[in-house]
Amino acid sequence: MTILPLTTLTDEERLFQAAAREFAEKEIRPHVSAMDRDGIFRRDLIAKFFEQGFMGIEIPEAYGGSGGSFFMAITAVEEFSRVDASAGVVIDVQNTLVANALLRWGNEVQKRAFLPRLARDTVGAYALSEAGSGSDAFALQTQSREDGNDYVLNGRKLWITNAQEAGLFIIFATIDRSLGYKGITAFLVDRATPGFTVGKKEDKLGIRASSTCELILDGCRVPRDNILGEIGKGYKVAIETLNEGRIGIAAQMTGLATGALEQALRYAKERKQFGEPIAEFQAIQFQLARLATDVEAARLMTYNAARLKDAGKPFLKEAAMAKYFCSQVAERVASECVEVFGGYGFTKDYPAEKYLRDAKIGKIYEGTSFMQLQTIAKFLLGSS
Amino acid sequence: MKMAVCLKQVPARDAVLRLNSDSTWVREDDVSFEINEPDIYALEEALRLKEKQGGEVVVCTLGPERAAQALKEALAKGADRAMHLHDPAFQNLDAYATARALAAAIRQAAPDLVLTGLQADDDGFAQTGVILAEMLSWDHSTIIMEIQAQERALKVKRELEGGWFQWIEIPLPAVLTIQSGINKPRYATLKGILAAKTKPLQRLGWKELGLDEESLKPHQKITKVFTPPKSGKVEWLEGTPREVAQRLADKLKNEARVI
Repeated sequence: MTILPLTTLTDEERLFQAAAREFAEKEIRPHVSAMDRDGIFRRDLIAKFFEQGFMGIEIPEAYGGSGGSFFMAITAVEEFSRVDASAGVVIDVQNTLVANALLRWGNEVQKRAFLPRLARDTVGAYALSEAGSGSDAFALQTQSREDGNDYVLNGRKLWITNAQEAGLFIIFATIDRSLGYKGITAFLVDRATPGFTVGKKEDKLGIRASSTCELILDGCRVPRDNILGEIGKGYKVAIETLNEGRIGIAAQMTGLATGALEQALRYAKERKQFGEPIAEFQAIQFQLARLATDVEAARLMTYNAARLKDAGKPFLKEAAMAKYFCSQVAERVASECVEVFGGYGFTKDYPAEKYLRDAKIGKIYEGTSFMQLQTIAKFLLGSS
Repeated sequence: MKMAVCLKQVPARDAVLRLNSDSTWVREDDVSFEINEPDIYALEEALRLKEKQGGEVVVCTLGPERAAQALKEALAKGADRAMHLHDPAFQNLDAYATARALAAAIRQAAPDLVLTGLQADDDGFAQTGVILAEMLSWDHSTIIMEIQAQERALKVKRELEGGWFQWIEIPLPAVLTIQSGINKPRYATLKGILAAKTKPLQRLGWKELGLDEESLKPHQKITKVFTPPKSGKVEWLEGTPREVAQRLADKLKNEARVI
């Protein structure tokens, strides 16, 4: 068996990475600043994501998708996030959470009904968090009551990524709070369902273009056929999907850090002080060298976790480590990128400060850094 | 219509170029490569013609092992099959010999139309396409900005100097050299990339092309490559602001050729 370096790409992966990079540079880059300022993700851009197949990377061709690998999804998230972390999370949630959950847990009827839509024109969202349940996800309060052939959902979901644009939602609710996590059930809910409303959109520090909204479920009637997985097994759907999602966030943070580092490198070569470019000073050189090393390590961890997942090997610990580490790297690189830019970096006229604002979410969503450490520690101590 | 697109792999636009030890070319080990930009437009134009009226698009390149990447990218974008002219004898060919090898491949593919970029971004000769047409004894037209297909002929728009254009009719078979900006090239989709795996990529050496060593003999040779020397020339323009601005604009346009 030939062991290849971790960063070796197949011809297909290399072509896809190049296409994703070119697309991000030409189609996303011109809109990044305005979308961040306005807190709106352009619909025409999302339409292009669909057109180019970025919204159904892993969905098999039989269901209208591209038939790619998890690694390819990760590559696209990384390349998009290098230009805009908001664009990165739009395709990340679609691919690594929503399509992924349907592929893993959907029955054939559900796959035929929903996967072609996700590949063609429907943005998906994943609704687990509530005002009172973040890290303690299974303390969720949203209820689902059986009523004939339907379930009636009541409650509120909070901080739901992509909700503003989404047409399909995976909503986690409990059939009986007294059952604890064993009551949790996942439902596929169409946006047009009566009793379902997308509520207030958050005004955020970072990834401002990506929408984050409240969902209001008020007598929202969902047919029994739309239960994803089994009744009372929603916790498994949630946990296992998020395990893979973490690699997606690691890729988003790696891409962001790469983008920030590139900006810092370019500026360090342009900016002159004391009669020469600041890149000529050893202090700046060492700073950049440290950051580049961090980015390299982040990429290796992300790729390894993604390769493990594609190989069907255990990857939970590596995924948690990658997300934990890459979100730290992103924040550090983005923060020092601001410093390389100096006073200019502190203003919105330069790209540095946006990377820093965008990086902050990496330690928070899809499992906080503490939750990642808890997962890692369980593996170390064998107490899972 | 059966079409062939000749493309070249050149150093990437953002590559940092350094000269090789004998100053005859850049050090290729250091740089990443991509498809020559005008050739991307030529490929896109062929794909659009195919989508409009059916047919086949064959892509063809002459180059070392790495050049297969360019062909795979073209297949991923929608070309049907590829011909890779690859042989140790093909190293350091000039435009004449390159065109001779390409002509042999084009005769095998027997297309109705050959499209290629008007020039390569690396050496900028703008020779291969027109020499190829002469070797095939086909009509050709250069710097094409629009193509309208007709029965056994094409109506094409040529770019002339000073913002002028010219429409001409050209019978088939023909060779057209395409100007950048004629269309908006597509991105390779993942579906296309994965589909390209099963498309034929034929590798042809000089023997398969029926060439002999004599025909590959270069007619020209690069003796020296160098970066333009920096000069610190300063010129003061005097007069009213309007006069100075006019003269500055004139100099930038006609002397420095930067605007």
